[in-house]
Amino acid sequence: MTGTRPDPSKLYHRKMPATWWLQKQSYFLFMLRELSSVFIAIFLLVYLYQIYQLTQGPEAYVAFTQKLASPGWLLFHLVALAFALYHTITWFQSSAVVLPVRLGEHLVPRQIVTALHIGAWVVVSLGILILFLALKN
Amino acid sequence: MTTEKTTEPLWWGLFSAGGVVAAFLVPVHIILVGFALPLGWITDTGTLYRYGWVKAYLFVLIVLPLYHWAHRFYFALNDMGLKPMNKTLAILCYGGAVIGTVVTAWILLKV
Repeated sequence: MTGTRPDPSKLYHRKMPATWWLQKQSYFLFMLRELSSVFIAIFLLVYLYQIYQLTQGPEAYVAFTQKLASPGWLLFHLVALAFALYHTITWFQSSAVVLPVRLGEHLVPRQIVTALHIGAWVVVSLGILILFLALKN
Repeated sequence: MTTEKTTEPLWWGLFSAGGVVAAFLVPVHIILVGFALPLGWITDTGTLYRYGWVKAYLFVLIVLPLYHWAHRFYFALNDMGLKPMNKTLAILCYGGAVIGTVVTAWILLKV
């Protein structure tokens, strides 16, 4: 790859309405996928804030974990989980396209590459769960 | 044609790494933090956050998806018609991720 690009001022850009992504289901799903990153980021900042509570002592940490049992927070985490799972599935699907796997002469079918990713994800998730249960106190 | 050096590969690399981290690691943490702890399925007083390697893991878990967010959100806003202010958006999105990195490191070191 070279750093050569056309002069942006000479490119033609078709005017698009800001709501173009509402016009077709595939565009809408694309925007939902982009939006998943927002919910994932908010979740991680909430988690960071929970960890920050430890600087105020373990009581503050436990109190904050219990605060998250309110219906509003549970709903938020339910929505965040749905978006995170959507990101996981779509990321594995696109990985299978971007990084095709070869076995000798043959290209491994995309569905199998995606399925292997999902299998690895299940193993990693269970590993984290077991580690957390082993380390928590 | 113009030849230019850009920082794009760096941001794209961080976006990609963040996408992998988010895909593999985030769902189980949402289950732990969002449901298992608040609903009392498991109890924890947070002693595991004192381990150095847990801090290093959490740094990766929290920081890389922030760059993933910055990249996706920046381009989504551009695609939604905010391209005229793309310089400001770039500073807000990528700058936000950089600030997030510093704050995350500071909190993890303090705990």
